[in-house]
Amino acid sequence: MTGSRIRARGWGWRHAGRDAPAVAGLDLDVEPGERVLLLGPSGAGKSTLLSALAGVLGGEDEGDETGELTVDGAHPSSLRGTAGLVLQDPQANTIMSRVGDDVAFGCENLAVPRDEIWSRVRHALEAVGLDVALDRSTAALSGGQRQRLALAGVIAMRPGLILLDEPTANLDPAGVVEVRDAVARVAAETGATLVVVEHRVETWLPVVDRVVVLTAGGGAAADGSPASVLGAHGAQLAADGVWVPGLPVEVARGTGHAGEPLLELDAVRAGRAGEAVHEAVSLEIRAGEALVVTGPNGAGKSTLALTLAGLMPAVEGEVRATEPLRAPDVRESRPIRWRPRQLARRIGTVFQQPEHQFVAARVRDEIAAGLVALQQPKHAIAQRVDGLLAALRLEALADANPFTLSGGEQRRLSVATVLAPAPRVMVLDEPTFGQDRRTWTELVRLIASLVDDRGCSVVAITHDPDVERVLGDRTLRLGGSAAEHGAAAPRAERA
Amino acid sequence: MSALTRTPRGLDRVNPVTPFAAATLYSLPMLLTIDLVSAAVALGAWIIVFAGAGIGPRTVLRRSWPLLLAAPLSAVSMLLYAEPGGRIHAQLWLIVISDQSIELALAIGLRVLAIGVPILVGLVGLDPTRLADGLAQVARLPHRFVLAALAGVRLFGVLGEDWRQISLARRARGLGDTGAVRRAMQAAFALLVVALRRGGTLATAMEARGFGGAERTWARPSTLTRADAVLLLITAVVGALAVGTALATGSFRPVWQGAL
Repeated sequence: MTGSRIRARGWGWRHAGRDAPAVAGLDLDVEPGERVLLLGPSGAGKSTLLSALAGVLGGEDEGDETGELTVDGAHPSSLRGTAGLVLQDPQANTIMSRVGDDVAFGCENLAVPRDEIWSRVRHALEAVGLDVALDRSTAALSGGQRQRLALAGVIAMRPGLILLDEPTANLDPAGVVEVRDAVARVAAETGATLVVVEHRVETWLPVVDRVVVLTAGGGAAADGSPASVLGAHGAQLAADGVWVPGLPVEVARGTGHAGEPLLELDAVRAGRAGEAVHEAVSLEIRAGEALVVTGPNGAGKSTLALTLAGLMPAVEGEVRATEPLRAPDVRESRPIRWRPRQLARRIGTVFQQPEHQFVAARVRDEIAAGLVALQQPKHAIAQRVDGLLAALRLEALADANPFTLSGGEQRRLSVATVLAPAPRVMVLDEPTFGQDRRTWTELVRLIASLVDDRGCSVVAITHDPDVERVLGDRTLRLGGSAAEHGAAAPRAERA
Repeated sequence: MSALTRTPRGLDRVNPVTPFAAATLYSLPMLLTIDLVSAAVALGAWIIVFAGAGIGPRTVLRRSWPLLLAAPLSAVSMLLYAEPGGRIHAQLWLIVISDQSIELALAIGLRVLAIGVPILVGLVGLDPTRLADGLAQVARLPHRFVLAALAGVRLFGVLGEDWRQISLARRARGLGDTGAVRRAMQAAFALLVVALRRGGTLATAMEARGFGGAERTWARPSTLTRADAVLLLITAVVGALAVGTALATGSFRPVWQGAL
C-alpha cells in the first residue's frame, strides 16, 4: 500500500457564524509517505485542516470553503476510507462496546467481506500492540489503550493517510509513549502518509520527517525538516504555545514557609461504593504550601482529590478540617458534612473537565454564581467578578457562553469560578491537561501566586513532570496495589 | 473471534429480534380475554417451559421483579374499584368489594404476570450489539438508524458518569443550597450540553471511519436458526393452549364485553 498525496492551493475555511476564517490561503504539498508534524498557535486552524483532510468538515451549512484541497486528486469529502482520523479525547474515539467490534466498524462501513474483516482486525490490533481479547469491553481500557484501539480501527481500513489530532494530549507519560510507538510502527509498516497535530514536539520528533507551522488566519509560516524549522522559529513557536524541546518553562516561586495545617487526613482511603482504590494516606495540608499528587492512571488520584475536597465520603479513615479553616462559624470538622455554601468558601475544586462545572449562560454570570449563592452584596460581586476577569484574561469574553470557549479559556474560567469565593484550600485535578505552553505558564503562575502571595493551600493532581517540578513543595505518589495498568480509570482517562 | 462464533446457550441461541416477534405473537391473543383460566394455564405452561429450557427461578425473578409489584397493585385497584356484581362483601364510599371484583382482581393480577413475566424473561438483558445486528440484518431496518441508536446506547452509559461529576461540581461551587427544582433543571441543562457535545464528536468519529455509505458488510452475522423457530412455536402453542382452554371451559371473557 502506498501513502496518499495532499495538495492545497489557496485553501481556506470559515466556520458558519464566524467572521474570521479558521484557515486562509494555505498552499501545501505533502508527498506520499511523508510524516508531517503540524504546529501553530491555538486558533491557527490545525484541527480544521485535519477535519477537512478527513472529509468530516461538513457541507455548506457548516461553513464556507475557498480554494482547493485534494487527497489523491479528489476532494476529501468525496472519499471514504482514504483518510483515517484519531481525535484527542480517547472517549470520543470509541464507537462500539467491544474491542473487536470497534476495530471492525470502519471495515464494515467500507463493505469489506466478513472473513477479511476479522483478519484485518487481528492484524491491526497486533500492529498497535493491543493484546486484549476481542470481546473485551472498551469501557475497561485505559486512555492509552483506547487511543491505540482508535488507531487500530483506522489502520484496519488501510487508509493512505493517517491523521492524528493531539492523540496523546490527555494521556499519562506511559500512555504517551505507548501511542507514539504504535504510530511509529504503523507508519513504517504501512507506508501511509502521516499528519500529526501536537503541542508536545519532543514526543513526535523521532517519528516525523517534516514540520509545518500554520499561522492564525493565514497559510503556512514555516515548512521544512524538524531541525531547521525548530532552529529558525523555536523562540516564536514557544511564545505561540508550542512545547519546543530545549526551552524549559520557568515559573518563579516565592520563598514563603508552610503555615498552619488546614486539613488533616488520617489513614484515608478513598473509593466508590465502599471499595477503596488506593493505599491509606495520612498527611496534613498546610497553608502556603502546594502538594502534588502523582501516580499512574487508575491509582485513585482523582478519587482521593474528591474525597479530601469534601465531595465524596472516605471509605476508610477521616478527612478533618482544622479550626483555622472552619472559622468563623462552622463546628462540624468533616467537610463532607458541610453545606455546599460552607464548603465553597473554604475548599474549592477545579474538575478535570471544566464543562462539568458550568452553570450559567455567560462567563460573567458563571463567575458570579458562587458569590450569588453566598448572598454577597451586588456591588461586591461585580467588583470581584471584574477583578477575576482581568486576572485571568477573560474580559473580552465576559458575555460569551462558557460552553463556546476554547479548552484553554474554559480551564481559566473554571479556575476563576472556584477562586471567586476565595477558598483557602484549592484542589485541582489535572489543571494542565492538554494545555499549550502559554496557557500552561499562565495557569501555573496563577496557582503559584495563590500559594506564595495569598497563603492558600493547593493540592494539584497531575502527571505532568513540569507541574511537579514547579509546584511540588511536597509530592504524594499514589500507585501500586490498585494501579495495575489497564485497570478502569473512568475519570483519569478523560480530559 | 472466539467470542463471536462461540455457540450461546438457551435463550442466547435465538436471534435477539425473535423475542420481539414472539412477544407480539403471544400477547395479542392473551390481551383479548380477561379470565382466570387462560392466565393460569399460560402461567403454568411457562413455568414448565422455563424449567425445560434451564431458565432457573432466580433468572426469572431477577428479570421480572417489577411485575411482582405491578401485579398485586393492579389486582388491589380492581378489588376495590371494579364495577360491583354478585354478593357484596364490604363497602366504603367508592370502594365496593363484591364477588365480581374479587374475581376480576384475581384475573387481572394473574394476567399481568402471565403476559409480562415471559416477555421480560425474553427481552431483558439482550445484548445491544447483537440486537442491532439483528435489527439491521434480519428485520432489515435502515442500518444508519440502527447503528446511530447503538452508539447512543453506549453514550448513555458515559452520561451517567457525567451526571455524577456535574452533581459533585455543583456542591463544590456552593450551589447545592438553592431550591431542588431549580438545581435539578440547571444540572439537567449542563448534562444536555455535555451530551450534545459528546454526540457531535461521536458522529464525527463515526463519519471518519467511513460511516454513512449506502453499502456495508457485517462483521458479525445475524441469522435466524431453528432455535428461533422453536421459540416462536413454543410461544404460539402456549398462547393457543391458554386461550383454547378458556374457550373450551366457557370462561373466555372478551375484553370488549367488560365486566359480567
